[in-house]
Amino acid sequence: MLKKKFTILDHELVPKHILLSKEEKRQLLEQLKIRPEQLPWIRASDPVAKLIGAKPGDIVKIIRKSPTAGETVAYRFVVP
Amino acid sequence: MLMPQKRLKAVSFGLLSPDVIRKISVGSIITPDTYEEDGTPIDTGPMSLRLGTIDPSQKCKTCGNRVGQCPGHFGHIELAKPVIHVGFVKIIYQLLQATCCKCGRLLLPQRDIDRIRKIMKERPRLWAIIKNRLVAKVLKRATKTMECPHCGEQQVKIRLERPTTFYEKTKSGERKITPDIIRARLEKIPDEDYEVLGFNPKASRPEWMVLTVLPVPPVTVRPSITLESGLRSEDDLTHKIVDIIRINERLKEQIDMGAPMAIIEELWDLLQYHVTTYFDNEVSGIPPARHRSGRVLRTLAQRLKGKEGRFRSSLSGKRVDFSARTVISPDPNLSINEVGVPIEVAKTLTIPEKVTSWNIDELRELVIRGPYEHPGANYIIRPDGRRIDLRYVKDRKAVAEALAPGYIVERHIRDGDVALFNRQPSLHRMSIMAHKVKVLPYKTFRLNLCVCPPYNADFDGDEMNLHIPQSEEARAEALTLMLVEQQILSPRYGGPIIGGTQDYILGAFLLSQKNTLLTEEEVQQLLFLADVTELPGPAIIKPKKLWTGKQVISALLPKGLNYTLKASACRKCSECKKFDCPYDAYIVVANGELVAGVIDKKSIGAGEPESLLHRIIKDFGINKGSWFLDCALKVFLNYAFLHGFTMNLDDVMLPKEVVNEILKRLREAEVKVEELIARYKRGELEQMPGKTLEETLETLIHEVLSNARDNVGKLAAQYLKPTSNALMMARSGSRGSMLNLTQMAANVGQQTVRGERILRGYFERTLPHFKRGDLGAAARGYVYSSFKRGLNPLEFFFHAMGGREGLVDTALRTSQSGYMQRRLINALQDLHVEYDGTVRTADDKIVQLMYGEDGVDPSKSDHGKAVNIEKTIEKVLGVAALK
Ligand SMILES: [Mg+2]
Ligand SMILES: [Zn+2]
Ligand SMILES: [Zn+2]
Ligand SMILES: [Zn+2]
Repeated sequence: MLKKKFTILDHELVPKHILLSKEEKRQLLEQLKIRPEQLPWIRASDPVAKLIGAKPGDIVKIIRKSPTAGETVAYRFVVP
Repeated sequence: MLMPQKRLKAVSFGLLSPDVIRKISVGSIITPDTYEEDGTPIDTGPMSLRLGTIDPSQKCKTCGNRVGQCPGHFGHIELAKPVIHVGFVKIIYQLLQATCCKCGRLLLPQRDIDRIRKIMKERPRLWAIIKNRLVAKVLKRATKTMECPHCGEQQVKIRLERPTTFYEKTKSGERKITPDIIRARLEKIPDEDYEVLGFNPKASRPEWMVLTVLPVPPVTVRPSITLESGLRSEDDLTHKIVDIIRINERLKEQIDMGAPMAIIEELWDLLQYHVTTYFDNEVSGIPPARHRSGRVLRTLAQRLKGKEGRFRSSLSGKRVDFSARTVISPDPNLSINEVGVPIEVAKTLTIPEKVTSWNIDELRELVIRGPYEHPGANYIIRPDGRRIDLRYVKDRKAVAEALAPGYIVERHIRDGDVALFNRQPSLHRMSIMAHKVKVLPYKTFRLNLCVCPPYNADFDGDEMNLHIPQSEEARAEALTLMLVEQQILSPRYGGPIIGGTQDYILGAFLLSQKNTLLTEEEVQQLLFLADVTELPGPAIIKPKKLWTGKQVISALLPKGLNYTLKASACRKCSECKKFDCPYDAYIVVANGELVAGVIDKKSIGAGEPESLLHRIIKDFGINKGSWFLDCALKVFLNYAFLHGFTMNLDDVMLPKEVVNEILKRLREAEVKVEELIARYKRGELEQMPGKTLEETLETLIHEVLSNARDNVGKLAAQYLKPTSNALMMARSGSRGSMLNLTQMAANVGQQTVRGERILRGYFERTLPHFKRGDLGAAARGYVYSSFKRGLNPLEFFFHAMGGREGLVDTALRTSQSGYMQRRLINALQDLHVEYDGTVRTADDKIVQLMYGEDGVDPSKSDHGKAVNIEKTIEKVLGVAALK
């Protein structure tokens, strides 16, 4: 077996993806007053989603650099 | 009679089944002819009176109503053989591929079908979300399955030959599948499997996509027109229906006669062609159906599609009352918030004003003056809703007397009324702004020159539209949100989009020159224009009281303004000397006093962020900003008048020695180019990485020549007279660039087509005046002459080539960017910022958690940034920072 030396998570251009816990998910939906499908979607087959073990129904928090705000937070609803 | 009120909840789209088509039909249409000899419509023809009437003298045979009342009724044609509906070929193709050709089941194992059906039945909300993607997946899998999991039948590949012919690839070769076989196969697909593919079998069974009966639309949607000659001309749809009936009847006959299959198939194909083009006459793969005259017919799809179609033209396209359009012309004496409206227009456009005890006397006067005298009125609406047209009232005094609270008077627009002013193309929100009406003589709309940039207007024949808001709410909204002064700061970038152009900038530049001195009369004259009545003390007292231009400008700046800026005239010296700038290009304003620097494009120009104008608006408010544009800029303009300005040949004249020097340098460049070519021919040229040898040569030559022009340009700029008017225009940024100047004074330079030196034309040469294979500068479109000296014929030709490309480019770009704009607007128009700050789509999906990720309104920002620290510090420290 080849040992993986590099994961895409380490790449400069891949922003930080965090899988939300059940409680965090509930809080977020409560705060935004939305159903999960109203968030933008990410495929469960997305390379990053696979790596962090996101399953359909989960919500992923993405923290990335922004030219306007410095750092910005986005959420993705995981779909099959 | 009280009608029960119903609320529309949803609209569902589906297909018409043959049963429904027959049910809504008033009768079969079988005669391929429209009228009898005597001119009466044939009862079984496509213009049958049973389908409704378009003739005011006739009654509908179905409902008995006349033209306005009869809604029109459908007929139908029983097709002798089924044909495919072009609109659904793609779906038919997918269905044929995804289902078994023998048993009609979906080519997916039963357990997978059950699983999907379970989601569909038990979790309808999830189904609604994933439906589209799931169906695409199912389709892909089923198409790949080559053995039926239900009956075990081996599947055959199906090929679609556009537009409507299907072939089966059997072992013995390709075989055509006729529409009746296709229809039979589609019939076999069970509802349960059909649902898994995302369809609703109640609204659309697949076999309905193959037509057995064709609806004939009512005559009201395809009226015939009677020409002056008395000849009747039928609608394109009627022509097409006649064609279909004719072929259909022929086909029926042949079948009844038991004609050979070949003849039947030929007619069948023809029927398919006519039905296809009846639906869509722009299908690729078949020639469009034509009128006898050769004109392409406009059939159903063409009626709906595109810019002139039903959607974009009839449904989304709005036509309005209370609007006017005419040519625009400039008027620097109007406020930016005003629009000059011709009296004639003002007498046509009206505003409904409710009569109250406070305005009754005034409105009576307007009514008495009537529709033909300017501040008058055109209509009175009585409380019972009756309209009185004042044009036909003999005794207007009596009508005016009868006026009482509750009446409405439609009075002429007059000074101060609100109007929306628009110039197409309306590319951004500043393309429609609210102006206050100013009624003026003559026949054009007049506007202040500072509002030309947002409209992108000039006065070479441009026309603009004017709309008069009719309700109190509309007027209030227009006034608070759309008034020009509310729009000075562009949301495109942090900066004023409304500002000085051309003469304004030049006037300010001339006025702010160090050596500008004005007499008392001149200063008074100028400041009077801006309503400034306090005269500052003169800068020079003896022998005559004189004021500097900078003093005049200072009188126009708000007290408390502290500001520094590098002007357009800045030469970008390697080390800026700031206050001691030898070109007076470093602007310093201390407490509203212009201490140093010239005012030019960077300070008052339109679309210049960080400008003096921008600062004034941000620090002193919109009112001060619009005052500055109305009044201060008027002073600059009038100084340009006072000073006088022109341009002449001397402006681009260079001393003899300089001209010789330029020629020398150009000759040197030419020699260098010859050298490069010689080295290339000898094979001594070193190839650049990623380029061929020829490309390397081109790059090197290009470099040498563009260096030469820059060189020569710099030289020319240096030796142009400092009093050169053209130079002043370029320096101040009011019109023209340094490049334009050097092209006039020194040398025009390389002409290009598609970013390369000119190489097209004759075999291995551009023009027959050169030797084949000549790669020299002159042979490849280098223009040595200046515009002043004049171009020789060859140079002129190359210049025309380059110029033509520019024109073609702009024409192409506008159409492309127009289409892109349309698509972007369609994609983005429903996005909105919710009260919680999130950006959402029309169906409340989240796009951004905060607008632009930082929540900053770009029009209130400093060039996109929320805060400008440098300027803030400067502001806080005030005058101290300047020392
Ligand atoms: Mg124009
Ligand atoms: Zn009728
Ligand atoms: Zn089967
Ligand atoms: Zn400088």
